[in-house]
Amino acid sequence: MNDAKHSRTLTALLLAPAGVFFVFLLVLPLLVMLVYSFGVRAPEGGYQAAFTFDNYLNLPARGKAFTNTLLLAPLATALTVLFAYPMAYFLAVKVSPRWRNAMLVLVVAPFWTSQLLRYYAWMMILGSKGIPSWLEWIGIADVRLLNTPYAVLIGAVYGFLPLMVPPIFVSLEKLDKRLLEASADLGSKPWQSFLQITLPLSLPGVATGSMLVFILLMGDYILPQFLGGGKVYFIGNALVDLFLQSRNWPFGAAVSIALVIIMFVTMYFYMRFVLGKTDQRRVAMV
Amino acid sequence: MFEQPVIAFENVTKTFGNVHAVVDNNLAVKAGEFLSILGPSGCGKTTSLRMMAGFEQPSSGAVSIQGQNMTGVPAFLRPVNMVFQHYALFPHLNVADNVSYGLRQRRPKPADAELAKSVADALEMVRLSGYEKRRSYELSGGQQQRVALARALINRPAVLLLDEPLAALDRKLRREMQIELQNLQRNLGITFLLVTHDQEEALSMSDRVCVMREGRIVQIGSPRELYDKPINSYVAGFVGKANFFVGPKADTVLCVRPELLEISATRKTLPQGLADAFDVTVLNRIFLGEHTEYLVRHESLGDFTVLSPRKSEHASGVFDIGDKAAVGWHKSAAQILTTT
Ligand SMILES: Nc1ncnc2c1ncn2[C@@H]1O[C@H](COP(=O)(O)OP(=O)(O)O)[C@@H](O)[C@H]1O
Ligand SMILES: [Mg+2]
Repeated sequence: MNDAKHSRTLTALLLAPAGVFFVFLLVLPLLVMLVYSFGVRAPEGGYQAAFTFDNYLNLPARGKAFTNTLLLAPLATALTVLFAYPMAYFLAVKVSPRWRNAMLVLVVAPFWTSQLLRYYAWMMILGSKGIPSWLEWIGIADVRLLNTPYAVLIGAVYGFLPLMVPPIFVSLEKLDKRLLEASADLGSKPWQSFLQITLPLSLPGVATGSMLVFILLMGDYILPQFLGGGKVYFIGNALVDLFLQSRNWPFGAAVSIALVIIMFVTMYFYMRFVLGKTDQRRVAMV
Repeated sequence: MFEQPVIAFENVTKTFGNVHAVVDNNLAVKAGEFLSILGPSGCGKTTSLRMMAGFEQPSSGAVSIQGQNMTGVPAFLRPVNMVFQHYALFPHLNVADNVSYGLRQRRPKPADAELAKSVADALEMVRLSGYEKRRSYELSGGQQQRVALARALINRPAVLLLDEPLAALDRKLRREMQIELQNLQRNLGITFLLVTHDQEEALSMSDRVCVMREGRIVQIGSPRELYDKPINSYVAGFVGKANFFVGPKADTVLCVRPELLEISATRKTLPQGLADAFDVTVLNRIFLGEHTEYLVRHESLGDFTVLSPRKSEHASGVFDIGDKAAVGWHKSAAQILTTT
């Protein structure tokens, strides 16, 4: 009895820093944003108290940013999974344990270098002196990559692969190899075993990686700015513009709130789809 | 009449690096029998089974199943099924989908109604009717064991391979499952090949037992043959309890089963016609219900055990630690065995 009480106090104490952190850095700013989003722009820029839905009704004015983000972020996430899965599979299943960690480090290493540097490099590669000029050399002329959605997708896959590979790798590595033997024993060909056993049991890793990448992409503004060059811009770019250039804080706040809501709703349905459908939650936890 | 063995090992050897897991073994599993492979941990039992299932290839020699050479035949094409030591149930599938897994790999795929019927029958066979929708983590160890059995048996394999299937169960449940396995085997007529390190299990369940030691098959025979006519002291010591005394020649021992020893208060009160009789001191006494087990010491023979049946205690008497007693055996009770 006493022990239970004691441990509850202890739990509360241990959770307190996280709780404070959560309230001050997450809940409070969101509340401030919510309040701002119903205000109007002060004449000199910034926020002036009011209660109007105009900012929300005005959201279609930034429709392009929303459609770009909502189209390219999921697409880029899916592409990243497509590239990351074989890499993770190769590392977890085919590479001998001796080299495994070293190779995983190599996959993740680019993530530790400067993001700007990496995007500059891609600007070079995708720019007119890069791949397009090589293509011209073999006879395919007038290919434009930089400042198109393709450049953003390529950059996203490259940039977020290091975040996608490790969670998938972990879920594949901890997969009990005896399950595959059991599957083969029951008459399943290797690729059937992959589809029926390996893939479903690695979905939690795919879900974790996708969520990570998707959230980062939804809020990204550096990638579209560098590789989309103002033509392919995301909600993040609209926010930078609204808060720092036109200084229309209330409208910016409304865009942020819309972004947060979209993110939560998508995540909710995504997690339900991936984890709920196959009842992976329990499996993911063990 | 020559009967084709359902599984045969011909000079099968398996080495892992410099570990000789299985050494030059010949084995013929008869169709319809319950055969156990018995031996201590690390003697190559699992490796033997894995070569039959197709998870390992022999380093040399050949495995054949129903007369077909299995060299190069992958596991998914072999007509045998395995019950894994830790069951290896698919955690993301419910009981019904686990059990029907093997049937669902067949082409053409059986119809849903047919699958449901087969699953229901298989679950009824292992007394788990109504558990179709459960998940493996919602089941007890014994229930998981039954699901693993149903999952293998639903395919009607030529041989069911069982790798220490009962090792993880508690004693009472293990006893129950032993009986159940035996009944299943008799009713289905499927050949069972069970691996175990538990000699009691092997003796009580099997038609034949194959005793292994350090990768080699030492002896194959019925439980009674192994018990009564062990070919060496290793088998005698592994199968049942045995007392070993110094043998007449080098590398031999005299082996006497504890239950074949007679004990009494004095040499005079021992039964008539014994080959040998000795004066001993009782060192320890363990009450086992139908038997009392005495550890006794003789000045030159050393320490050995005597099992005194409850039924004859009125004649032989009960001894306390430190008591003097006399022990003897009939000529037929003593066997001379080699130690190699
Ligand atoms: N995959 C493997 N790699 C290396 N050594 C192995 C492997 N499998 C088994 N062994 C070795 O082979 C011997 C026999 O193992 P095993 O067949 O599992 O014995 P048992 O099932 O009788 O306990 C042991 O010494 C074990 O360490
Ligand atoms: Mg084993």
